[in-house]
Amino acid sequence: MPQLDFDNPLLIAQVVWLLIIFGLLYYVLSTYALPRVESVLEERRARIAADLGAAQAAKAEADAAMAAHREATAKARAEAQSAIASAMQQAQAEAAARSEELNRRLAQQIQEAEQRIAAARDAAMGALRQVSTETAESLVAKLAGRADRTPVTAAVDRALAARGQA
Amino acid sequence: MAAEGKTIDALGQFELVPVLGKVGASVGFTQSSAHMLLAVGLIVALVMYGMAKRAIVPGRLQAVTESTYEFVQGLCQNQIGDEGKKFFPFVFALFMFVLFGNLLGLLPFAFTFTSHIVVTFALAMMVFVLITVVALVLHGRKFFGYFFPEGAPIWLAPIIIPVEIVSYLSRPISLSIRLFANMVAGHVMLKVFATFIVLLGGLGAVGPFIAVLPLTVNVALVGFEILVAFLQAYVFAILTTIYLHDAVHLH
Repeated sequence: MPQLDFDNPLLIAQVVWLLIIFGLLYYVLSTYALPRVESVLEERRARIAADLGAAQAAKAEADAAMAAHREATAKARAEAQSAIASAMQQAQAEAAARSEELNRRLAQQIQEAEQRIAAARDAAMGALRQVSTETAESLVAKLAGRADRTPVTAAVDRALAARGQA
Repeated sequence: MAAEGKTIDALGQFELVPVLGKVGASVGFTQSSAHMLLAVGLIVALVMYGMAKRAIVPGRLQAVTESTYEFVQGLCQNQIGDEGKKFFPFVFALFMFVLFGNLLGLLPFAFTFTSHIVVTFALAMMVFVLITVVALVLHGRKFFGYFFPEGAPIWLAPIIIPVEIVSYLSRPISLSIRLFANMVAGHVMLKVFATFIVLLGGLGAVGPFIAVLPLTVNVALVGFEILVAFLQAYVFAILTTIYLHDAVHLH
């Protein structure tokens, strides 16, 4: 087995060359090659972390905007509700005032009309008494030849009162 | 070489031959050293060229480089812990050197430097010296407590201490022989079956048909050897990290 032929000087030379060449590999790897890989990996990690951070910040911003929007909506709704309520209240108050006014005017008109009616009736009644008295007087004068005005008037008043009309 | 004399010469492939003419011969620069240099060149090229673009989204070669890097880094991190960072370049160099040595050896006409016990033993001794120095630097004299676990009954000391010392000293031996034996066995098998193909192929009319059998075996063996190449590099690296863990944490 050539590997176990330890008298062969090439075997020892192989070990020496191995130490030199492996030392070279170790030096190049640890000084140039591996830091290079590490820097690329580090760069990628940093990039990913930065992107994740940016995404998180954007999400937080969006959440805040969403919350503000929701708050504004709620506020606007509340304002609108109160505006509607106050408008309704005002309108109701106005309507009530107007109907009261109308009622008052109508009542007044009714009262006036009643007064007018009463006046007209009184006038008519007055005329009736006069007409009745004169008629009675002339009747009495025709029948009795003469007429005493006072008893006739009293009799007509009695008769009118008996009919229930003042 | 193998079939020239109609005999099976499975070990000739491990012979060291100086290259680069007289200069190479005078400094003992053999095809083995040349393959080591080639492996180093390929490893450095893979890492440097693979990371040349420094892409955020890696291409294929960069993905290979990065996954190798992260694989070994994970090995160090999981086995050694946070102290593993310091040893990462060494473990990475060791893993890649053994892996490329194993894989290069599978190419036709190539030489497998990991099939030489002096090479694997030198690598294992590097690991052994490293773990011993690290343990001594970090723990000083407490390191020797490693050979007698705390809580063991004192009367067992005459048994435990020699056993622990022997097991500690046998680490570089088992580490080197495992890799060496795997590589030698694989290449001897490949060579033997390859020789069968040639010998059987020369057996007149039926020869070529019978020769298909060892050829099939060889095809399967090459696939198996690729697995072994990765596996042995992995085993070498993980045992190194386990030993480093022991050196850093003392059990």
